[in-house]
Amino acid sequence: MTEFFVSLGMAYGAAWFLATVLGILLIALPLMLAVAMVIYVDRKVWAAVALRRGPNVVGPFGLLQSFADGLKVFLQETIVPSAANRGLFLIAPIITFTVALLGWAVVPFGPEAVLADINVGLLYILAVSSLGVYGVVIAGWASNSKYPFFSALRAAAQMISYEVSIGFIIVCVILWAGTFNMNGIIAAQQGHGLGVINAFVVNPLLFPLFVMFLISALAETARAPFDLTEAESELVAGYQTEYSSMSFALFWLGEYANVLLMCALLAILFFGGWLPPVDWAPLYLVPGWIWLFAKIFFFFFVFSLIKATVPRFRYDQLMRLGWKVFLPLSLFFIVINSGWLMATGHFGAGS
Amino acid sequence: MIQLFAFYMFATIVILAAVMVILARNPVHSVLWLILAFFNAAGLMVLVGAEFVAVLLVIVYVGAVAVLFLFVVMMLDIDVASMRAGFVRNAPLGFAVALVLLAEMVLGFGAYRAGGLALGTPAAPSQALPGLSNIQNVGALLYTRYVFLFEMAGLILLVAMIGAIVLTHRDRRGSAARQDIARQIGRKPVDATVMTRPKVGEGVEL
Amino acid sequence: MNAAQLIKSFTLWEFLKAHALTLRYLFKPKATINYPYEKNPISPRFRGEHALRRYPNGEERCIACKLCEAVCPAQAITIESEPRADGSRRTTRYDIDMTKCIYCGFCQEACPVDAIVEGPNYEYATETREELLYDKAKLLANGDKWERALAANLEADAGYR
Repeated sequence: MTEFFVSLGMAYGAAWFLATVLGILLIALPLMLAVAMVIYVDRKVWAAVALRRGPNVVGPFGLLQSFADGLKVFLQETIVPSAANRGLFLIAPIITFTVALLGWAVVPFGPEAVLADINVGLLYILAVSSLGVYGVVIAGWASNSKYPFFSALRAAAQMISYEVSIGFIIVCVILWAGTFNMNGIIAAQQGHGLGVINAFVVNPLLFPLFVMFLISALAETARAPFDLTEAESELVAGYQTEYSSMSFALFWLGEYANVLLMCALLAILFFGGWLPPVDWAPLYLVPGWIWLFAKIFFFFFVFSLIKATVPRFRYDQLMRLGWKVFLPLSLFFIVINSGWLMATGHFGAGS
Repeated sequence: MIQLFAFYMFATIVILAAVMVILARNPVHSVLWLILAFFNAAGLMVLVGAEFVAVLLVIVYVGAVAVLFLFVVMMLDIDVASMRAGFVRNAPLGFAVALVLLAEMVLGFGAYRAGGLALGTPAAPSQALPGLSNIQNVGALLYTRYVFLFEMAGLILLVAMIGAIVLTHRDRRGSAARQDIARQIGRKPVDATVMTRPKVGEGVEL
Repeated sequence: MNAAQLIKSFTLWEFLKAHALTLRYLFKPKATINYPYEKNPISPRFRGEHALRRYPNGEERCIACKLCEAVCPAQAITIESEPRADGSRRTTRYDIDMTKCIYCGFCQEACPVDAIVEGPNYEYATETREELLYDKAKLLANGDKWERALAANLEADAGYR
């Protein structure tokens, strides 16, 4: 985009600045729209599984429900509890929301369509996703209330536990792709399965990792069945208990933006990102972002279905799964994967 | 120009945040200031072109270490007034520490002005490999020249980890709180129930 | 733990089965109705919003006997009465606090003249609390508005009372 503005006769610096700002807007605004629609999809899926109808009044098929909710929330009063730590209480939702948007900077929507094509892209996402917990922890502490505080403690421990296995799973993918760059990882998947299928997931050494990543992603975004931070039967509403109005909505938006980011990550790491599923020339005529969106939507549907199906884990079961199952398994797969790659000479003759 | 501006911004915030870490009355605020300092230090790393180190700083320190700090500090119930009470009593000790630090700083600067101590020269200057990203550079250096030190560091950490586990591990075999999930899932109706057809007035023999 | 179980737990067999089930349910016909557009039929005895009825000639039925006020377990009803110009006893005030009411239906059971009744209307949510403090005018207006349904319900239920 910078070149386009330069060709309009702007100085390079100004053109770059304008292009970046436009790029941020191009990602953030549709993302907010997507979050609104995705909340609607979520509710519809849960409703359908429970043989209910879900939102169906606002707009055609209830499509505008999220916007109505947003408007309602926007017009509400922001209540700050008198015993709360006012500054941190108000900053917490902003942190959650901002951090949720940050990760999208390196998500490639096409070969060229990426805001920041940095060569530590995947590490950057790992770093940003580990920050998401701060919003929750600060909110829980600043509320100066019992249940939000429990929720904050749970969130902190849960996030750290699952980040470890996510890190190891990512390492395996990196070993196969040979780069941390998101576009590089996608390019490495071209024709990976028998020279036809553009996805790492068909690799028998990576498929178990995909399943583990899916489950860890659920835990990392605190979605059902790992939504212990907002376990309403135990903790009222978790860290959101004391929040109202826009500060509550920001948590909501941030949470779903994070879920979408994890879906995008699943699509990019294991399902070939913006590549069509099959390496067949006519399929490349469809723009890459359509493939990516289709994959993200598919994973979001899977997330919704899981939320509608699986009951919540108990906290010690969550920790057991993270530390006693996923950590050893992912370490085992690192050994297997790197061993296989060395044995088959994937990295070339010892550079 | 913009780099210079960014550098001074990051540097100023790092120093201010670091000062706030020790000035903040509330320990949770201190940790949060510390996180801000980490962040801006990562920004400085990006400026010198070490984006790998920057991201690692965020992942390890902000994403894990500081969360653990926060986890612990949040649960403290600190009464600020009682902390302030000991000021006069502890003042002499504080001055003593300050004096020692001042002496060390003077000595340090003096030694620096007098010229560095010759620790021997490196066998060959470690040049960044041209045309490689700095992840590959770090990897190439860690796994060739410093492989021994690297593995040793790993081993020491492993020992530390095992030590921590051994110290805190309680053997709870035989306790009722222990859960064997595999056994629970493996339980079938056949193992747990018997179908009987008792006659009226006779009861069941188990 | 035998081999079959090991394979089952590592292939997440139970989870997959559960998801196949929910996926099947996803496409089943809905069990709920399309509420604001479709409504369930309700019994003639349904106890919804209150109304004060009138006789066909326009005279209000309530004779201020205060039986409903006495029987109300939630003490939601407040009545004041005075003789009217023509000497008949009528209410000057008939308030129902709908936020207190528990919809037990005792008031309509107690009423000797079928004046206070609970109608079939259940869609009277309001935006403020004050709107739920019904006064006599509101109750009479309800009676006028729902008279046909109220009369039909009373007639349908008359044989059982």
